[in-house]
Amino acid sequence: MLEYVLFSLLNSLVLGMLLFMLSSGLTLIFSMMGVLNFAHASFYMLGAYFGYQISTWVGFWPALVIAPLLVGGLGALVERYGLRSLHKYGHVAELLFTVGLFYIIEESVNLIWGRNAVMYPIPKILDFPVFKLLGADVSAYRMFMLLISMGMFVGLYLVLTRTRIGLIIQAALTHPEGVNALGHNVPAVFMLVFGGGSALAGLAGVIGGIFLITEPAMAATLGPIVFVVIVVGGMGSLTGAFVASLLLAAIQTFAVGIEYSLTDLFALFGWRVDATGFFRDIWRIQLSHTGPILPYLFMVLMLMFRPKGLMGKRES
Amino acid sequence: MLEVKELHAYYGRSHILQGVNLKVARGEIVSLLGRNGVGRSTTCMTIMGLVPPHGSILYKGEEMAGLKPHQVARKGIGFVPEDRWIFPGLTVLQNLQLGQKRKKQAGRWTIDDVFKIFPRLGERSNVHGGLISGGEKQMLTICRTLMGDPDFIMIDEPTEGLAPQMVKQVGDLIEEIAGRGISVLLVEQKLSIALKISKRLYIMGHGKIVFEGTPNDIKNDQTIRKEWLEV
Ligand SMILES: Nc1ncnc2c1ncn2[C@@H]1O[C@H](COP(=O)(O)OP(=O)(O)O)[C@@H](O)[C@H]1O
Ligand SMILES: [Mg+2]
Repeated sequence: MLEYVLFSLLNSLVLGMLLFMLSSGLTLIFSMMGVLNFAHASFYMLGAYFGYQISTWVGFWPALVIAPLLVGGLGALVERYGLRSLHKYGHVAELLFTVGLFYIIEESVNLIWGRNAVMYPIPKILDFPVFKLLGADVSAYRMFMLLISMGMFVGLYLVLTRTRIGLIIQAALTHPEGVNALGHNVPAVFMLVFGGGSALAGLAGVIGGIFLITEPAMAATLGPIVFVVIVVGGMGSLTGAFVASLLLAAIQTFAVGIEYSLTDLFALFGWRVDATGFFRDIWRIQLSHTGPILPYLFMVLMLMFRPKGLMGKRES
Repeated sequence: MLEVKELHAYYGRSHILQGVNLKVARGEIVSLLGRNGVGRSTTCMTIMGLVPPHGSILYKGEEMAGLKPHQVARKGIGFVPEDRWIFPGLTVLQNLQLGQKRKKQAGRWTIDDVFKIFPRLGERSNVHGGLISGGEKQMLTICRTLMGDPDFIMIDEPTEGLAPQMVKQVGDLIEEIAGRGISVLLVEQKLSIALKISKRLYIMGHGKIVFEGTPNDIKNDQTIRKEWLEV
């Protein structure tokens, strides 16, 4: 049992930090530009496929650097030539644009790499167990992912709080026109944040594509979860996104391993449920099977009882 | 210094500015008065490029219409918005630093200057902008714009909601600003400090300038005051 808890904690941490690499960019982009970028997880997918492709050509290490840069560049172009020209038509137009982009990227990936998952293996040098946790192996790759995502976390924090551009970004989160009127090129900052956020999502893809799976549906699978993370954390709050990333990862990880049903729960209290009849299926559902809906359930409850999220600043 | 000619502006379909004309000379304090909703703030926002301008905005002989807000600011125009736009997550000091267009910009105003004029801001330099009082916010927003060393500054309703003693401080600061050779366009609703410190005044009504004159002209003209100012 202890082994299970420790292992799940480690997995939650790895998954949670990966989620944060996506949600941090998404929440920054949202609060700064008011655009809910539906295609954010698509940049994650592109990162995975670019990482896979570049790995087959020149190896994993160059791919780890080149793929996020390519994805970031693509993100910057999308902002500069897509979103910026749509801005005058309002947020609905921008939202529809990103929805369209989501499908364009998905179909392009289908066309280029096919509908099935690609073989994107763990790099050989990281494919060994680093230590044993109560008898079970912990792979070096998992530790490597943790290292990369922690590094990114510290880096993002330092950039946002210690550099001038970071202060400008923070200021533009609440009053972009004000920052603009003080003489700072806010459109360029938007492009930078959008590109930077995309690059982070790309980096998450390069390392996450190996850990999870690299397939055309990966954006559609992860996208909604990232969306839930920023709603639960509170739109525009980086701290909130961080806490919610870890929390949701933990919920999902732990739920998967718990083989209990309502019947078992009631049995704990000494109640016996008649597990036959019309509702028998409900009584027998195991918690592990509810894993996929738990995040959404969590989001709905959050919206009902605390609409601004864990650490959000806005009410509406 | 600044010459606005036949300026029009729109919010969606509503035609807000309907041909505004005004001038501000070098080192002059000029007030723009009028009741709520007549378009004074929109005039400032349009000059700044925050609302798309139709018409001409000449600044030091150069056309500003069509420039982006940051380009207008970099030409030397400063704007102190009515809503203050204090950055809540940044400290007082960081708010001031972002007023500088470049790191360590040298100008007529330094951060030490600001803290000397308003010791209260100095005491609170490490407090987040979201946590200071309304009066402090007003001082901070004016000083932040000054850090960018503008040659012409538009100050939108700086005395709104302030205690009488703070109102006097704001008046003194504006005179100090003009004393350093900066032209000022002061937007106000009431006559209070405007009559005392400005050289000329404009009164706006429904998107147009309806009166132009000196403080004495306004003092002597009760009809104008009744029609366009007093509620
Ligand atoms: N963001 C906006 N969208 C639509 N209409 C606006 C907006 N801001 C101001 N208005 C309208 O424009 C008119 C002028 O407003 P404003 O320039 O703020 O007046 P003043 O500063 O003189 O009180 C008002 O009728 C106001 O309702
Ligand atoms: Mg106003």
